Amino acid sequence: MEWFQELLGPAWLPVWTLVKIIVIVLPLLIAVAYLTYAERKIIGYMQIRIGPNRVGFFGYRLVGLGQPIADAVKLMTKEILLPTGANKSLFLVGPVLAIAPALAAWAVVPFTDHLVLANVNASLLYIMAITSMGVYGVVVAGWASNSKYALLGALRSAAQIVSYEIAMGFALVGVLMSAQSLNLVEIVQHQSGGFWQWYWLPLFPLFIVYLIAGVAETNRAPFDVAEGESEIVAGFHVDYSGMAFAVFFLAEYANMILVAALTSILFLGGWLSPVPFLPDGFFWIAAKISFVLFLFLWFRATFPRYRYDQIMRLGWKVFIPVTLVWILVVGAFMQTPLGYLFH
Amino acid sequence: MAEIKNYTLNFGPQHPAAHGVLRLVLELDGEVVERADPHIGLLHRGTEKLAENRTFLQALPYMDRLDYLSMMMNEHAYCLAVEKLLQVEVPVRGQYIRVLFDEITRLLNHLLWLGTHGLDVGAMTIFLYTFREREDLLDMYEAVSGARMHAAYYRPGGVYRDLPDSMPMYEAGKYKSAADLKRLNANRSGSLLDFIEDFTNRFPKCVDDYETLLTDNRIWKQRTVGIGVVDADRAKQLGFTGPMLRGSGVVWDLRRTQPYEVYDRLDFEIPVGKNGDCYDRYLVRMEEMRQSNRIIRQCVDWLKANPGPVITGDHKVAPPSRAAMKNNMEELIHHFKLFTEGMHVPAGEAYAAIEQAKGEFGVYLISDGANKPYRMKLRSSGFAHLSAMDEMARGLMIADVVAIIGTIDIVFGDIDR
Repeated sequence: MEWFQELLGPAWLPVWTLVKIIVIVLPLLIAVAYLTYAERKIIGYMQIRIGPNRVGFFGYRLVGLGQPIADAVKLMTKEILLPTGANKSLFLVGPVLAIAPALAAWAVVPFTDHLVLANVNASLLYIMAITSMGVYGVVVAGWASNSKYALLGALRSAAQIVSYEIAMGFALVGVLMSAQSLNLVEIVQHQSGGFWQWYWLPLFPLFIVYLIAGVAETNRAPFDVAEGESEIVAGFHVDYSGMAFAVFFLAEYANMILVAALTSILFLGGWLSPVPFLPDGFFWIAAKISFVLFLFLWFRATFPRYRYDQIMRLGWKVFIPVTLVWILVVGAFMQTPLGYLFH
Repeated sequence: MAEIKNYTLNFGPQHPAAHGVLRLVLELDGEVVERADPHIGLLHRGTEKLAENRTFLQALPYMDRLDYLSMMMNEHAYCLAVEKLLQVEVPVRGQYIRVLFDEITRLLNHLLWLGTHGLDVGAMTIFLYTFREREDLLDMYEAVSGARMHAAYYRPGGVYRDLPDSMPMYEAGKYKSAADLKRLNANRSGSLLDFIEDFTNRFPKCVDDYETLLTDNRIWKQRTVGIGVVDADRAKQLGFTGPMLRGSGVVWDLRRTQPYEVYDRLDFEIPVGKNGDCYDRYLVRMEEMRQSNRIIRQCVDWLKANPGPVITGDHKVAPPSRAAMKNNMEELIHHFKLFTEGMHVPAGEAYAAIEQAKGEFGVYLISDGANKPYRMKLRSSGFAHLSAMDEMARGLMIADVVAIIGTIDIVFGDIDR
C-alpha cells in the first residue's frame, strides 16, 4: 500500500478516494439490482405467485437470480426515445439530476465505526441538503418531456417532496437533540447499550414519521402519486425509455436503500448489536436495512394509493404537528432530571 | 394578469385505467376536474345489425361478446326474449342451471371488478387474489361449455347440455410435482356440482380475505367514501340500475321485483347502500358476492336432487337427441331444418331483461316471423352509468375519476355493442 502511495505521489489522494467511491457505489448498484429482484419475489409471494424464476446463469435457473442482470442488459440496449416536443438537453439532464444525489448522499453514510468515506461533522446536514436535490431530477424530467401526464407527475412530486422534507427534517432535529451531534457515526455511538437504547423508543413518534416520510420521499406506494400508474400512467417518466428510464429506476431504488440505511442509523442503532453478547458489525446494519426495505415492499403490496391532496393533508396536518410536539417534549424533558431518558 | 386557461387532458383510450377503450376528455383546473367528457364508439361492432343477418341461434354467441365479463348473463337475456316470442317453456332443471350459471357469472364479474377497481385505486394485491377464485369459476365454465369465456351455453329453450359428471383434471407435467398434482386435483374427483359445492364452501372465507384488505383500510376509505355521490332520486333519473342504483339506497333488483326463472324459489337478500358513493357501491357488490354464493349453494343442492331434461322437448326450437335422429325420420328432419334455416319465431315483439351483474341488461326483439330477428335492440346498463360520468366526476380530482371509472364497472363491449 505504501509503495503504491509513493508511486502516485500527490495523485494518491484522488485515486484512493476514487477507489473508495467505487467500493461503495458498485455494491450499491448491485444491491439496487437485487432489490428489484427481491421486490418482485417478495411481493410475488405476498400475491400468491412465484415471481421471476427463469433467468439464471450458465444454463442453471437459480430461482431467477439472473433476472436483474437480464433486465439491465435489456434496458441498456434499448433506444432512448427523444420526444419531438421535448426540451432535449433538459430531458437528458433529468435522469442525471435524479441519480446524482441518490449516489452522492452515500459519501457520509457510515457502515461501521470506521468504514465511512467521509466522516464529516455535519453529515446529517449534508444528507438533508443532498436528498432534497433529488426532486429537481423529477421536476426537470416532467417539464422537459412536454407531456401533460409528465407535467402533472412533476407537479405532484414537487409539492409532495417539499412538504415531506419538512416533516423529515423535524424528525431529524429530534435525533440530533438526543445525540447532541450532527455526525452520523457519533449518533450511532450514542445509541450503544442494546436494543432498548436505540432512538426508536424515546423518539418513537419521530421514528414513525421519518419512516413514512421516507416512503413518501422515495415516491413509493402508497405515496407514489408522482408515478400513479393508474392515474397519470407513469407520471414524470412517462416519456422515458431505455437507459434514461433505467436511471430513474436506479435513483428510486438507491434512494430507498438510502432511506432504509438512514432509518437504521438514526433510529435503529446502525451497526450496533441489539444484544450485548453478540458483537457489533456490518452485519447488523445490513440486516436492519433489509428489514426496513422489507417494510417498503410490504407497504406496496398492502395499501391502496393516496390521493394527492390527501398526502398533502397527512404531511402538513398530521406529521409536521406530531414532530413539532415531540421535539418540544424532548426539549422540555432535557431540562429536567428525566432528560437521560432521551439520551 | 395573464388569462388562465383550463388544461385539457386526453384520458385514454390508451390508458391503464381506461378499462378498455374509454376516451375521456378531461378539462382540468390544476388537478380538479371541471368537465369530464366520455367518448364512446371505439369498440363498436354493430352487434344489433349483425343479428339481423343471422339466425336466432347464430346471434346468440354475439351476446357473449357484449359485456365480455358476464357472458352467460347476456345470453340469458337474449334467450328469454326469444323464448317469450316462441312461448316455449324451459324445464325446471334448465332454469336452475341458468340461475346457477348466472350467479357464477355474477361472481366472475364482481371478482374482476373488485380486482381492477383495487388496482385503479392502487391496491394491487387484491387483483391477484380475486383472479385465484376466478380461475376456479372459469374452470366451471369450461367444464360445462368447453370455453372459458365465450361460452354460448344457454340456448332458447334451455341450456345446451346437462352438467358433466366429471371435472377435467390437471395433468402431470414437467413443473408439477406429484404433491402439487394431488392438491390441485383434490376437489376435482367428483362431478361439476361437487366442485361447485366445494367452491361455495371456500368462497365466503375468500370474501372475508378481500374485505380485510380493503373494507376498513383507511386509505381505501379516504379514496372511496364521498366520491362519485349520486342520490337515490338522481340515480333513478339517470337510469341507473344494478349495484349503481342499489348503492344509492334504492331497493331494485329484477331478480326480486320481476322474478325470472326460479329466483322466486330461492332465498337471498338484496343489499342496498345508503350514501350512493363509491364505498357504498363497493360494499353492495361485496355483499352481492356473498348472496350469489348462497344462491349457487341452493341451486347445487336442488340440482343434485332433481335430475331431468335441461332443454325443451320442442324440436322446432331445440335439437333432438342424436340417438332419436338415427331412428326417427321426423327427428332427422327437425335436426336438418334447425341447423340449416334455424328456428322460425312467430311475428311479434318482446322485451326481456335480467339483473345482470352490472345492472339491467335487456334485449328487445322484433320478429316478422322469419328465421332471423327483424330488429334487435340491446339495453346495456353501462351506457347509462357512463353518461353520468361528468356529473359524478365534476369538482373531484383526477385520482377520483379513476375511482369512479372503477366503481361504474365499465366494460366497453357492453356500451359500444
